[in-house]
Amino acid sequence: MSAVSASIIAACARGLAGPSVRWVNCRPSSRQRVYFANHTSHLDFVVLWSVLPRRLREKTRPVAAKDYWNSGIRKRIAVNAFHAVLVERGSKIAEGDRMAAARHTLDMLLEAMGEKNSLIVFPEGTRGNGLQVGPFKSGIYYLWSKRPDVQFVPVYLSNLNRILPKGEFLPVPVISRVTFGGPLRPDANETKDSFLAKAHEAVCALRDA
Amino acid sequence: MSFKLDHQMFLVLNVVIGGLVVASFIGFVLSRRVKSDDGRGTIDNLNARIRAWWIMIGIFAISFMIGPAGSMLLFAFVSLLALREYVSLISTTRADHRTLFWSFFVFTPLQYWFWYEGWYGLAIILIPVYAFLFVPIRLALAGETTGFLDRAARIQWGLMVCVYCISYAPALLTLNIYGYQRQDAKLLLFLVIVVQLSDVFQYIWGKMLGKRKIAPAISPNKTWEGFIGGVATAVALGTALWWMTPFPPLVALGMSLALALMGFAGGLTMSAIKRDRGVKDFGSTIEGHGGILDRMDSICFSAPLFFHLMRWFFVTHTSWFR
Repeated sequence: MSAVSASIIAACARGLAGPSVRWVNCRPSSRQRVYFANHTSHLDFVVLWSVLPRRLREKTRPVAAKDYWNSGIRKRIAVNAFHAVLVERGSKIAEGDRMAAARHTLDMLLEAMGEKNSLIVFPEGTRGNGLQVGPFKSGIYYLWSKRPDVQFVPVYLSNLNRILPKGEFLPVPVISRVTFGGPLRPDANETKDSFLAKAHEAVCALRDA
Repeated sequence: MSFKLDHQMFLVLNVVIGGLVVASFIGFVLSRRVKSDDGRGTIDNLNARIRAWWIMIGIFAISFMIGPAGSMLLFAFVSLLALREYVSLISTTRADHRTLFWSFFVFTPLQYWFWYEGWYGLAIILIPVYAFLFVPIRLALAGETTGFLDRAARIQWGLMVCVYCISYAPALLTLNIYGYQRQDAKLLLFLVIVVQLSDVFQYIWGKMLGKRKIAPAISPNKTWEGFIGGVATAVALGTALWWMTPFPPLVALGMSLALALMGFAGGLTMSAIKRDRGVKDFGSTIEGHGGILDRMDSICFSAPLFFHLMRWFFVTHTSWFR
């Protein structure tokens, strides 16, 4: 049932966003991946998920903010249909509890991935205005340090902010573009800052690719 | 508004399909014979275009069989897709969002609904007057003044070209021509055939003989040879279709010429927008052709003229031809 509703929602999102998809230095693959993308719209994870080949979709889980997606119809869409992993955002947690919360989040992600699932993450942690890609939160670095065997694939989503920008609830059907880039190639001794810089740069590089 | 599918219409549709069969065969033979890489690209594009024509004519024919509502819905949908390509290409800002929503989901359906109901008076002023006024009002309410006139004009222009002008094509079905009742669908067929043939033959003549560019800064593919050959071929074929129209052969010639010239002007104008935005096509919806708007640009400009010529000479001033 959930697979059907996810497919229907994805088809609607594709109809609305008319995404053209490009794979640059990267091919669809069933190996475990973390797709990390810029974030400008609530449609982001649905569209990114919907442009993946069908056989990859069922093994790809979006990571979404618990404070937004954990109630009512949103929860039905995110959790029941797309099997999203809902995580606490650092900014919504009191200062003292952040370390513990971050560990808990990381454990949840690792468990969600298991041995065969891929993830869709938005390392900015919040929606931007579509002009610049904001700084990345460190979660993606910790995820990589635990699972360096997984491919980290940068994705750039264009125009989704024009379809459903922050603060709007009615969409406008603008044509969007999803660009997948070559997987990151981090060095083994990558620091947090250098890893995040590399990841950020990889997403930005796809903007004009 | 209603029409019956008569034998003339089926005859023309069959001829069109026969033409496509011939085109597909030629494309197949060419793809076997071409050797150079350059030629290969041209032939692949040609065959992609022919394949897309099969699909487009299939969709058009099915909507035709459904009747006036089918044609209205088809063109309404085409308008939405064209407007979407246009809006995607021009730059809009965050403050334009709700105005765009109105353009897509209120003005576009209203425009086609007015035509469907046969409310001529409303249909011809909805966008030039009321959307024209509404767009800047809604933008002003959004409170962003940067590039205000620019932003308003872009949206107004998109509505005019993609919605208002295209809607004139199915509006032909609302004409009530004396002695030609319930046959208006053949006018729509005539419009689409002449304008699209003009495009196709401009492409073919241009590929075969094209040397002198008409407007190199706007479109490198538009040549005098292609233009003259394409327009002449379309006019000849349009004149040869006089029997399916309410007009005599000489008027069919004049109408075909007007349609082909306006169609060319449409292609040229829309190319100027594309060049300004630094792209080759409006989209990639139709394989080989580019976007919907790349295929509709000539209809956008010729449909309103054809409608008003028909209405003036065959509905309100019929005495001119009798």
